[in-house]
Amino acid sequence: MTATGIGASVRRKEDARFLTGKGNYVDDISRPGQLHAYILRSPHAHAEIRGVDTVQAKAAPGVAAVFTGADMQVGGLPCGWLIHSKDGTPMAEPPHPVLAQGKVRHVGDPVAVVIADTRDRAKDAAELVKVDYKTLPAVASAEAALKPGAPRVHEAAANNLCYDWHIGDEAATKAAFAKAAHITRLDVVNNRLVANPMEPRAAIGDFDRGTGEYTLYTTTQNPHVIRLLMCAFVLQLPEHKVRVVAPDVGGGFGTKIFHYAEEAIVTWAAGKLAKAVKWTADRSESFLSDAQGRDHVTHAELALDKDGKFLGLRVSTVANLGAYLSTFGPAVPTYLYATLLAGTYTTPAIYAEVKGVFTNTVPVDAYRGAGRPEACFVVERIVDKAAREMKVDPAELRRRNFIPKNAYPYQTPVAVVYDSGDYFSTLEMALKAADYDGFAKRREESAKRGKLRGLGLATYIEACGVAPSQLVGQLGARAGLYESAEVRVHPTGSISVFTGSHSHGQGHETTFAQLVSERLGIPLESIDIIHGDTNKIQFGMGTYGSRSLPVGGSALVKALDKIVNKGKKIAAHLLEASETDIEFKDGKFSIAGTDKNVPFGQVAFTAYVPHNYPSQELEPGLDETAFYDPANFTYPSGAYVAEVEVDRDTGAVQLVNFTCADDFGRIINPMIVAGQVHGGLAQGIGQALYENTIYDKDAQLVTGSFMDYCMPRADNLPSFTVDTHVTLCAHNPLGVKGCGEAGAIGAPVAVINAVVDALGPLGVTDLTMPATAEKVWRAIHDPNMPKAAE
Amino acid sequence: MATVTLTVNGKPVTATVEPRTLLVQLLREQLGLTGTHIGCDTSQCGACVVDVDGISVKSCTMLAVQAEGAQVTTIEGLAHGDKLHPMQEAFREHHGLQCGFCTPGMVMSAIDFAKHHKHPTEQQIRHWLEGNICRCTGYHNIVKAIKAGTEAMAGGAS
Repeated sequence: MTATGIGASVRRKEDARFLTGKGNYVDDISRPGQLHAYILRSPHAHAEIRGVDTVQAKAAPGVAAVFTGADMQVGGLPCGWLIHSKDGTPMAEPPHPVLAQGKVRHVGDPVAVVIADTRDRAKDAAELVKVDYKTLPAVASAEAALKPGAPRVHEAAANNLCYDWHIGDEAATKAAFAKAAHITRLDVVNNRLVANPMEPRAAIGDFDRGTGEYTLYTTTQNPHVIRLLMCAFVLQLPEHKVRVVAPDVGGGFGTKIFHYAEEAIVTWAAGKLAKAVKWTADRSESFLSDAQGRDHVTHAELALDKDGKFLGLRVSTVANLGAYLSTFGPAVPTYLYATLLAGTYTTPAIYAEVKGVFTNTVPVDAYRGAGRPEACFVVERIVDKAAREMKVDPAELRRRNFIPKNAYPYQTPVAVVYDSGDYFSTLEMALKAADYDGFAKRREESAKRGKLRGLGLATYIEACGVAPSQLVGQLGARAGLYESAEVRVHPTGSISVFTGSHSHGQGHETTFAQLVSERLGIPLESIDIIHGDTNKIQFGMGTYGSRSLPVGGSALVKALDKIVNKGKKIAAHLLEASETDIEFKDGKFSIAGTDKNVPFGQVAFTAYVPHNYPSQELEPGLDETAFYDPANFTYPSGAYVAEVEVDRDTGAVQLVNFTCADDFGRIINPMIVAGQVHGGLAQGIGQALYENTIYDKDAQLVTGSFMDYCMPRADNLPSFTVDTHVTLCAHNPLGVKGCGEAGAIGAPVAVINAVVDALGPLGVTDLTMPATAEKVWRAIHDPNMPKAAE
Repeated sequence: MATVTLTVNGKPVTATVEPRTLLVQLLREQLGLTGTHIGCDTSQCGACVVDVDGISVKSCTMLAVQAEGAQVTTIEGLAHGDKLHPMQEAFREHHGLQCGFCTPGMVMSAIDFAKHHKHPTEQQIRHWLEGNICRCTGYHNIVKAIKAGTEAMAGGAS
C-alpha cells in the first residue's frame, strides 16, 4: 500500500470545491437568456381532464409560453425492464405520458408547463391556468387496488395488476413445509419511503440554433441512460445532437436514476423556444414527483426442523408500483427482491410470489437498496421470530443455518450464485464489538431506571455490481449493464480518466484516482476523474446498485492494464530490450533484474513525441478505453447489532448503539467506505423509526414536506461502530463488492428486532415500521395492537 | 421593486429586488453566490444558512429587504485564498461531507455553534443540528468535524 493507493484513507479531492461554495449543481447553472419553467401538477389523485384553458396564463407578465399535453405530442416515458407473469404473459405496460393526456393518475401528475422570464412569474401565471377536472374515485393501497370493484388506474391493466410473478420451486417448498417441526408465520408492511436527496431535482434544456444541438443539464445518476431513453423513446431526437450533463449532483439514493418528465419537457421546450429553459423542484414538488421507494405488504412462512434448521421459505408479496411504471420500477420487487430471499442461509427450498400493482400514487422505483432491504427485512424478521418461538438464541439460530465458508460458489434456490463470503466471521465480529455477552447486564441496568432495553441482530446479503448484461437480458432488462472507462495519458504524464460511473457524493474523484495512483505510481494531484457529461465520456451506464467500483472500477483497471501494456512496448524500444523482460513498478518501466529503467512520464512523452519510437508496430499516443461487463453480481454481506432503550411513559425509542461488521471485499478508501455505511445506516434507521409516506383515503399525500415526513436529525442517531471483514469478490479484478447500500439494507430489521426484543417481556411479538413513539406507546399499553393495526 | 443595500462577504452591495424576494434568492440569483443552497420550502433543512450580523440565519426565511444594512457572510466568504477556515478544514479532514449540498449550511451553522461552545459534547452538537438535515453522512462524521472545528477555533486557529 502506498500513501495514496489502495487501502489509504485519502482525504477527498472533491471537498475543496464543496466546502468553499464552488460546487456546480444544476440549479447553480444559468444559461444566457434562460427562461424558467413551472410545472402545473394535478391536485387530484385521479381525474379526467375535460379541458385546459391557458389564455389568461399566456397573457400574464413575463410569460413566454404555456404548453399542455395537447401541445406536447411526444412519446411516453419508457420502462426499462419487462417482467413476465407466472403464466408467461408480459406485464401490463400502460402509457406514461410526459404531460397528462386526458387523465391524471396521481397527485403531482404533470398537466401543463408555464415558461416565463422568472421563476416567480411562471409560478404566478400557473395559477391562471384553468383545468376542468372531473374527479374519479382513487386508490392508494396496493391491497385495496386488487379488490374487486376498486377504482381502475389504467384501462390496460385489469384489476390494477401489472404482473403476477413468481420464482423458486413451489412443489419442493410445499414438501419442505409438510415435514416441518415448526412453522413461523409473519406479516410485514415495508413502509413507503421518499428518498429525499438534499438537492431537489432540477433540469435545464438548452438549444443551439447554429448547430441544432440540444444540451440537457440534469440531476441524474446516469446521463447516458437519460440521453438514450429521452432521444430514442420520448423526443425522437438523434443521440449525436443531444448532450446530457450531470454536473455536481447533491445525492441520488436511486431516485435520480430514472428518466423523468421534466427532463423531456425542458429539452423539448428549449427547442420550441430556441432558448434555455430551467426547472428546479421545490421540496414539496419533489415529494409529488420523485419516484418513491419500498411499499410492500408481505406474508411469509418459514419451515424449520426440530433443531432449528431452515427447511423452506414461502413468501407472498403485494408491491405498490404507483400510478405509472418508472424506469426500473417492475424489476425492484421481483429480480432485485425475491432473488435475495435465501439471505445468508442454506434454506433449501424457497418459493415467492409477487403481485405488482398500479395505484393512484407517485410511481415507486429503486431507493437505496432497492428490493434488497425488503428481502432482508422479511428474512431477518422471520428468523428472529422463529428464534424467539423456538427459544433459541437468535445468533445461534443464524449460525446453524449460515452457508458454510467452504460452500462457494453457492447456488441458492432463487437463481443467484454467491461467489464468496464468510457470515460466521462478520457475525462474531459484530457480536464482539457490540458486547453481546454483556447485554443481559445492560438490560438489568436499564430496567433499574425504568427503561426497556432490547438488542436486535440482522445479517444481510445483497446483490450489487449490477450486472452481467446477458443474464439480466434474459430476465427482462432492456439495457446492458456494463461500464466503460477511458484513461488519457497527456504528453507531460498527467492523466484524465473518463468514467461512465457518476459520483453524487460517493467520492469517485478520489477513490478512482487512488486506483490510478496505485497502478501507475503517479501522484493524486496529477490525476483527474471526469464524469457526468455525454460529450466527454464515451458511454456509461451510471451509478446505482453499488456498481461504481465493482463495474466502473473494473473497467478502469482494464484500461490501465492496456496503458501499462503499451507503455511496456514503448519502454522496451527505449531500453533496447525485449518487451517480455520489461517490468512496471512504482511508476518505472525497468528491465527485469537490472537497474535500467525509464519513468512513466518519459514513456508518455515518447508516445506523443515519437521521434525514437517503434512506429512500424505501434500507433503514437497513450490513450486507452475499456468496457467491462461483469461475470456475476457481487454479494456484499455483513452482520448488524442494534441496541435500543424504550421509554415506557412516552414510547420513545432511543437507539443506544449500532454496530456493523461488513464484508465489502477489498477496501480502496476505508474513510469513504465507513462514510457510505454511516449514511446507509441513517436511512435504514430512518425507515425503522421515523420515516413514512402516508396517503389518505382519497390518495392525497399527507406527508408532503419536511414538516410531515420525518427525516432523521442528528439527535435521533448515535455515533456508529463500523468495521469490515474482507473476503474478496471472486470474479472482478479488484476483488471489490460495493458498499453503498449495505446500511440501508441491514439496519431497518436490526432496529425492529431490537424494539421487539425490548417490548417482548410485555407480550409484543411484532411491530410495523416506523416504530414511532406513538406506535410503541400503544404497543406497550396494548400488546395485541400491532397484529390488528394497519 | 425595492432597493436594498448590504455588505456581503465584506463587499458593499446594492440591489433592486421584488419585495417578496428572499435573501437566498438575492444571494444566488442576483449576486451569483450559488454556494448557499435551497433544499426545502419549509425552513427545515438548513442548506441555506448564512451569517447575518453574527448570527446563523436560514436565508430562505428572511426577505432580502430585511437584510438592509446587514453584514452577511456566506460560505464563499470563509476561506482566505486557498487556506480554508478551520471549520471547513475540519469537515475535510473528518469526511464530514459527501454530496456537498447540505455542507455550506452545515459549516455556517457550525461556526455559529463554535462561538458559544469551546469544548462541546457530542450531544450538544447533535442538539444544535436540529435545523440542518444531511441525507448522506448519517451525521457521524459531521459531529466529529464540528467537534474538531470548534476546538480548532477555540485554539485561535482562525
